[in-house]
Amino acid sequence: MPKVPGLVKGLGVTFGTMVKTLKDGPATTRYPHEREIPTPRARGVITLYEENCTACMLCARECPDWCIFIEAHKYLAPPRREGGKPRQKNELDRFDIDFSLCMYCGICVEVCPFEALFWSPEHEYSEVRIADLLHDKTRLGQWMETVPEFEAYEAGSEAKVKKVPRD
Amino acid sequence: MTLLLAAFDPPYWLSTVIKVLVVSIVVPTTALILGMVFLFKVMSWMQSRLGPQDAGPRGTLQLLADGVKFLQKEDIAPNGADMFIFKAAPLVVLMSTLLLYVALPASAHLVVANLDVGVFYVLAVSSLSVIGVLMAGWASANKYSLMGGLRAAGQLIAYELPMVLATLGVVIQAGTLSLNGIVFSQANGSIFGWTGIGNPFILTQFVGFVIFIAAVQAELTQPPFDMPVAESEIVSGYQVEYTGFRFLIFFLAEFATAFVFAGIASILFLGGWAVPWLATGSDWYYVLGPAVLFAKVMVVSFIIFWVRFTYPRFREDQLQSFAWKFLIPLALANIVVTAVLKVVF
Repeated sequence: MPKVPGLVKGLGVTFGTMVKTLKDGPATTRYPHEREIPTPRARGVITLYEENCTACMLCARECPDWCIFIEAHKYLAPPRREGGKPRQKNELDRFDIDFSLCMYCGICVEVCPFEALFWSPEHEYSEVRIADLLHDKTRLGQWMETVPEFEAYEAGSEAKVKKVPRD
Repeated sequence: MTLLLAAFDPPYWLSTVIKVLVVSIVVPTTALILGMVFLFKVMSWMQSRLGPQDAGPRGTLQLLADGVKFLQKEDIAPNGADMFIFKAAPLVVLMSTLLLYVALPASAHLVVANLDVGVFYVLAVSSLSVIGVLMAGWASANKYSLMGGLRAAGQLIAYELPMVLATLGVVIQAGTLSLNGIVFSQANGSIFGWTGIGNPFILTQFVGFVIFIAAVQAELTQPPFDMPVAESEIVSGYQVEYTGFRFLIFFLAEFATAFVFAGIASILFLGGWAVPWLATGSDWYYVLGPAVLFAKVMVVSFIIFWVRFTYPRFREDQLQSFAWKFLIPLALANIVVTAVLKVVF
């Protein structure tokens, strides 16, 4: 018997939700018919900022699905100052993410020490052929402009806000 | 109109064919209506969703599309299954539902078989489905099925009792076991001499109504009483090995039974096919009766499904103690009070 008020309240919640849905519309969107607006930090697609990538392979190694493919070669860049030693740099030949394997865990984004990988909320990149879900570095780079600006971890905090590199 | 109908006096075989056709059309139709309106639409609204939208106008044909999908599925049976019983089980469950529709009066004459012991017949036939469920659980050669079947047997037998006892209060008050007789006694009754709305038994038998609805919920194995088909514990219980058309039959039987139980509840407690301001002998009831009954059934079904979409599942022991320690004593007390008041007034 002491449970009765709670039970009645529960019935009220579902009935109230029904009335609200019929009056104000549902919380969901009819996706293919109307455009869904994802939350800013939604995990839609992984983007690559090629300038920052040093081909350190950390992302490829940490990836649980092994869906990142990296190939690079070393080359000697001219020295920064006159008379200096030429610098050894890595040139990225290939950086592919196979989104048919990716499970959107985001470990590659977190593990990247050079801020070369970012999340973008863009999600409409389905393909007819599964092989077309393998995005190369150009395609991954094109998503960069859809990456939203970072927000401060806490409102008014002194901590430096992470910046999204833009060209 | 009476003359017209009196002139139409078909031979026995023709009337039987008509009755069989009517029942076999009404059963899937009502199941589809309940599934569409409540399972798809009302449930979605209660979860702040819209439900099916694309199949047919505003998604109204979604269940038909699902039915076609079920028909396309391969008919699979486990190797160790007892094939005859495995195949017969869904039909036994559906048969119980079909037999229930036989006694449901949609007006004084629109009834397949107007039985003098309608209430008794309905309660007896409704428990046939337990046998079908047990057969399905046993014949599937699957331990989850067996668990589900045993749970279903325990639950359906436990809740058969409060349902019978809750009905008994109405029977005592009406003084008849005939479903039509109960409708008449409600339509012609009076509340302390006021005959404005007759005497719908939900007023005097409100406790009985609540017990009846709770027991119906359990008989249908719907949440919060869905341990026999608990998908998170025993992966749909006795239905686990059924695919395609056989599963569809279980589905149809569940929703058609929900409809017919809502119909019985509205006959026993809400005045059935009668409306207060029209005498029960009126010819209008040939048309109006089914519509009124349908409206009342939808109201009662809304309550049943509202409860279904609101509450989480009981635990097995809570379920049994709810039936044996709460509902049955309450129903017995209700009978005693009703009997005493019946003698006093």
